[in-house]
Amino acid sequence: MEGLNELAFVLGGVNHWITVFLIMAGLYIIVSRSNMIKKLVGLSIFQTSVYLLYVSPGKIIGGTAPIISDDFAVYSNPLPHVLILTAIVVGVATLALGLALVVRINEAYGSIEEDEVYSDGDWN
Amino acid sequence: MEFLINLVLLLFLSAVTVAIIGVRNLFAVVVLGGAYSFLMATLLIAMDAVDVGMTEAAVGAGVSTVLLLSALHLTKTDEAPARHSNVLPIALSVLTGLVLVYGTWDLPRYGDSDTPMNTHVGAEYLERSIPETTVPNVVTSVLASYRGYDTLGETAVIFTAGIGVLMLLKGRRRREDEKEEDRS
Repeated sequence: MEGLNELAFVLGGVNHWITVFLIMAGLYIIVSRSNMIKKLVGLSIFQTSVYLLYVSPGKIIGGTAPIISDDFAVYSNPLPHVLILTAIVVGVATLALGLALVVRINEAYGSIEEDEVYSDGDWN
Repeated sequence: MEFLINLVLLLFLSAVTVAIIGVRNLFAVVVLGGAYSFLMATLLIAMDAVDVGMTEAAVGAGVSTVLLLSALHLTKTDEAPARHSNVLPIALSVLTGLVLVYGTWDLPRYGDSDTPMNTHVGAEYLERSIPETTVPNVVTSVLASYRGYDTLGETAVIFTAGIGVLMLLKGRRRREDEKEEDRS
């Protein structure tokens, strides 16, 4: 019985564990890779993991999408959906700005690798 | 069944993430990023967030992929081999992961209905939407009526980012023309 409870605990939290894994993966890409476009993809993974973190606890097993109808009684929580809609759009805005910076850096230094850009500079 | 679909999609998502870490060709990374976004959109729909799922499919898998591909067109498509050791980044991300797992320990399990966030403010919106705004889609009524200022702030962010992108890329064509003239 004890073992079953623990299994239910681990499986019930699987959304949290995968969210944490995605955050770790995103952070690892941002810190370890010197290629700036890869860094931005890592940043996107970091951002999307937050969508999971927000939307998962709002889901109710047996519920349906929060569109009121006479045929359904149980709805999932609409509030996290609204917050994440905003987050998605802000995420793509930051991605666009980051990519514009990368294009500009490539123009000025001829490289999108952070290491090569730094070794070109005068401050080393 | 709901739980099983959720589990399988989460495992796919992790597999694609591992592939993104390993691949060095940036085109492959961008395409895998598109697959990642579509999986995330499917997962969001499986979690009843239909509006978010559609936005993620359109913006995450569509617009982001187009932006990344155009950036690749203007720069380079291959990643240079790593010069530094991976020890510090791995240690940092594992440490962050451990702290986060500790933080999620007390969070409600997946699909619970009796948690504070589902019984308090979420239920309130579901009850009030029809009488107060007559909009059946509660996400729309919260987005446009109850939290309209959030959406206004979001628009301000996009506007600022748009101006930033325009200012960064504005001189591009002119500089390229000057280069051409220098050569001729």
